[in-house]
Amino acid sequence: MEFKGRAWKFGSDVDTDAIIPARYLNTSDPAELAEHCMEGAVPSFPPGFKNGDIFVAGKNFGCGSSREHAPIAIKAAGVSCVIARTFARIFYRNAFNIGLPIFESPEAAEDIRDGDELAAEAGTGIITNLTTGRIYKSVPVPPFMQEIITAGGLISHVSNRLK
Amino acid sequence: MPMTITEKILAAHAGTDQVVPGELINAKVDLVLGNDITAPVAIKEFNKIGSADVFDRERIALVPDHFTPNKDIKSAEQSKMIREFAREHQIVNYFDVGRMGIEHCLLPEQGLVGPGDLVIGADSHTCTYGALGAFSTGMGSTDIAAAMALGYTWLKVPESIKFVFEGELKPWVGGKDLILRIIGDIGVDGALYKALEFTGPTIENLSMDGRFSMCNMAIEAGAKNGLVPPDEITRAYVEGRYRRPYRFYQSDPDAEYAKVYKYDASKIEPQVAFPHLPENSRAVSEAGHVEIDQSVIGSCTNGRIEDMREAAKVLKGKKVHRNVRLIILPGTQDIYLQALEAGLIEAFVRAGAAVSTPTCGPCLGGHMGVLAGGERCIATTNRNFVGRMGHIESEVYLSNPAVAAASAILGRIAGPWEVK
Repeated sequence: MEFKGRAWKFGSDVDTDAIIPARYLNTSDPAELAEHCMEGAVPSFPPGFKNGDIFVAGKNFGCGSSREHAPIAIKAAGVSCVIARTFARIFYRNAFNIGLPIFESPEAAEDIRDGDELAAEAGTGIITNLTTGRIYKSVPVPPFMQEIITAGGLISHVSNRLK
Repeated sequence: MPMTITEKILAAHAGTDQVVPGELINAKVDLVLGNDITAPVAIKEFNKIGSADVFDRERIALVPDHFTPNKDIKSAEQSKMIREFAREHQIVNYFDVGRMGIEHCLLPEQGLVGPGDLVIGADSHTCTYGALGAFSTGMGSTDIAAAMALGYTWLKVPESIKFVFEGELKPWVGGKDLILRIIGDIGVDGALYKALEFTGPTIENLSMDGRFSMCNMAIEAGAKNGLVPPDEITRAYVEGRYRRPYRFYQSDPDAEYAKVYKYDASKIEPQVAFPHLPENSRAVSEAGHVEIDQSVIGSCTNGRIEDMREAAKVLKGKKVHRNVRLIILPGTQDIYLQALEAGLIEAFVRAGAAVSTPTCGPCLGGHMGVLAGGERCIATTNRNFVGRMGHIESEVYLSNPAVAAASAILGRIAGPWEVK
């Protein structure tokens, strides 16, 4: 399970109001949420953003609210995965539950520059900076969690298993 | 092996005698909570599971409180979805407009949470109930959907951090100031994944409402939960309210903590957290000259009766500054009624405040006090992120109710002692 794309760099403590401002939470439609993804952080986002691109952030990404709309908006916007120094607790759990792959890697978060081309491999946890040739390590995503991502989230994964 | 309160509650709900930090457990839940933003997503996921019914219709609480009374058609549709789900599954603890309140003020008041309980809610401030000596934590909608079907959830046992407060509080200092000071010291991720335990003589003398305010903001330090050891103050609160048998858990004297912080509480002044993170807290006396456009008193952090009383002490017989809009939101219908009977509401209205029915509205920039570009607001809420209360170029300052009231009168951030 490999993700390839351009890095979009964000700072530390990117909160859920920045990811999806609460005024848009009167819907849970992923496509609608995606239209406002990161509006609280970068209002002009995302000219030049391509499907499959990767978010890279500092510490405590996704802090604040428990709104699952945050990882849903990121995923529906076409982001293939998020790399951060650390993730806020509820966001971490929500991301896997809705099928958004995330990688915790302080060295990657530190070293990657905005615009670098990246490749991240879930099974090994290896992140490659295709622009600089540098390699960073993250915790491998175990097979059952890769299955959750492939199924599109925990509930779809569970109902597939029950079929 | 010695254990902390958090570990003991988790062990009891996992059906085991002992748990250790880092351990993954499957735990029985006593109550599952959702609101009008998170429950619609949870209901969609619940329906995908194909489960015929919820695990226990008495142990689910649905509180439409964020965009209610509904602010627009879309949010009305979300509330309708919850209402229909509640009817279909005969959810006992469903609270609609007129009977509702802000969830974290309402659930303890209605006796739905008690000492020793394990509560999960699709709202990050679910950690509030730690004030009762319960383990409670926020999760996302998918986790809540699974728990509504199963009655249990998986958890990683967190390490605990202990805070010991000694000394008598200065006038106008309360639980909100203590927690803002803590977050200022350890940062917004200073307790990531951890449990916080608030202890010491100062906390033993702190009111239930003050304890709720403290535990409410544990999440603002990244914590999983925050709690206060239950005591006679806890007992006085839950007696006659909580309907199930409850249990007081206490940490063993030799329990292990990741860290212990000691505070001389008598040195802590009323705090204000500057934009745009709750960790930017400093003493009100060091705030400088900051003019404000709006003041909001209420929320799951400070919308309880004691908060209303503190605000009224400052506002009674005074007038809100001509450049300021003051909005006061009692946290529940019952708090509203108590404030009304005590003459607090009259004092607010005479001072020139707008008094609202309970809602989370302004705290998250939903409705009832959204900010325009360039505006500043002092609020007794819990978050001051960029754009939290409206325009991306607006600013939010966090404080206790007395400071927010004094600031409303003087038109700038001020301590209540400055109101003449």
